[in-house]
Amino acid sequence: MEWETVIGLEVHAQLNTVSKIFSGAATAYGAEPNRQACAVDLGLPGVLPVLNGAVVAKAVMLGLAIDARIAPRSVFARKNYFYPDLPKGYQISQYELPIVAQGHLDIELEDGTRKRIGITRAHLEEDAGKSLHEGLGAMTGIDLNRAGTPLVEIVSEPDLRSAKEAVAYMKKLHALVRYLGVCDGNMQEGSFRCDANVSVRPVGQEAFGTRAEIKNLNSFRFVERAINFEVERQIDLLEAGGQVAQETRLYDPDRDETRSMRSKEEANDYRYFPDPDLLPVVIHPEFIERLRTELPELPDAKRARFIDAYGLSDYDAGMLTGSRELADFFEAVAAGCDAPKLAANWVMGEFSAALNRSEVELRDSPVSAADLAQLLCRIEDQTLSGKLAKDVFEAMWAGEGDADAVIAARGLKQITDTGAIDAIIDAVISANPAQVEQYRSGKDKVFGFFVGQVMKQTQGKANPAQVNERLRARLLGD
Amino acid sequence: MSLDSDAVRRIAHLARLAVDDREAEGFASALSDIFEFVETLEGADIAGVEPMAHPLDAEQRLRPDAVTETDQRDRFQQSAPSAEGGLYLVPRVIE
Repeated sequence: MEWETVIGLEVHAQLNTVSKIFSGAATAYGAEPNRQACAVDLGLPGVLPVLNGAVVAKAVMLGLAIDARIAPRSVFARKNYFYPDLPKGYQISQYELPIVAQGHLDIELEDGTRKRIGITRAHLEEDAGKSLHEGLGAMTGIDLNRAGTPLVEIVSEPDLRSAKEAVAYMKKLHALVRYLGVCDGNMQEGSFRCDANVSVRPVGQEAFGTRAEIKNLNSFRFVERAINFEVERQIDLLEAGGQVAQETRLYDPDRDETRSMRSKEEANDYRYFPDPDLLPVVIHPEFIERLRTELPELPDAKRARFIDAYGLSDYDAGMLTGSRELADFFEAVAAGCDAPKLAANWVMGEFSAALNRSEVELRDSPVSAADLAQLLCRIEDQTLSGKLAKDVFEAMWAGEGDADAVIAARGLKQITDTGAIDAIIDAVISANPAQVEQYRSGKDKVFGFFVGQVMKQTQGKANPAQVNERLRARLLGD
Repeated sequence: MSLDSDAVRRIAHLARLAVDDREAEGFASALSDIFEFVETLEGADIAGVEPMAHPLDAEQRLRPDAVTETDQRDRFQQSAPSAEGGLYLVPRVIE
């Protein structure tokens, strides 16, 4: 039987505020345990939550960017369950009246076509603390620094049809929140993570199959692997005459499998009710319009502009606008060397390869946009050949200074002085009379030998086009 | 709508309340009476009435995004039953 996969994603993005959603405690990552957990975060008696205005603004910006409806009135609700990292016994979330509803995001499929993915809602909530099980014997340690960190949970429609589409959607959303500057997108630190609702159904059937929810996927690779595993598992189960249980599953990256989290099952009755500690959040149209004017250029618009303004291909523009940092870097390089296509090739080629090879984030790059622009200027003004430029780039990456410093220190300046090149060519010609004879009697292949000899004599510093031109003239002319 | 004692036991469990079988029977009947009372409200005409999320007719005030709390971990942990290395300790919970 042919099966169709149906996936919906619930993405949790931490909003990058300095203080928590309902308290004035800091949200900085990596503090000592519980140094950033105040009385409100601990749920001590008598405390009251007060909503952080920046959280509301960031959620509205996200809503505008996904073309969603911003609720004029939204309500916080209590989601009740017991777990040691949730001190109040409930999580403050939004249920019936979320702040953002009915948006969408367009993703690009492998064949280049675009697909619109519906976003059901995006609601605000507080994060829970962390449980630590290592090295504490029969006890579990609780760190509540993360408790109360603002999250926006972005819930997609079940519009995704493969693990690849799910990853494309998650990447697009990841780029978007970073463009908007509402979330740092750091997946290692858990700032951007997702749960995947996965089911399968026979092709042509309208009703959805029973879904399993895979929790806490914190990398694009894990999302893809976990969904692929889960789809296989469900198909095998159904083809063997079994049934898929509606349950929560956890992905184990070490074993590359999902397994049931039975303990979470009974907790699935959260008994939501409006939180009496918080009043309804009213958002006025003027507030929305002000934020609309503050929206940065978004990925799709930037991509179109790159094609238009820099003459880049759709593919290159798509690659460069994949993250705001990379797009900004490219624009700085292009502005510095006035050669946008060369800049695009270098940023996507040598530069990105060096980042990957060194496992360095763009913001920590040892070569700045201005440095790279200077290097490209030296290609443009013929100081460097493309090949020498790569050597100079390696040296710059290794910290040997900027392009001009490396060129001077290594004496790498390309020889464009025709007199100097002619002298070397003449020397090569007179040293190899036999090859000259062969060439003149019609063996064109020998030409490569001469080019090689000249480049060797100049240690690669001669301009190859110039060498070809003058060498041919001299071999034939004499 | 009425609640039976199984439903009461389930709700009690979700709320981590200890309720024995005899109490469950009593609560089932008491809670069913409350449901019955609420059901009479269903007769009211609520066309055009917004659901009420809060008894106060006011909107949520927002605070500026600023860190105003200082570290009081040591004080807070004095009242915790058990703490170690800055962590609150609880009986082991693991999936």
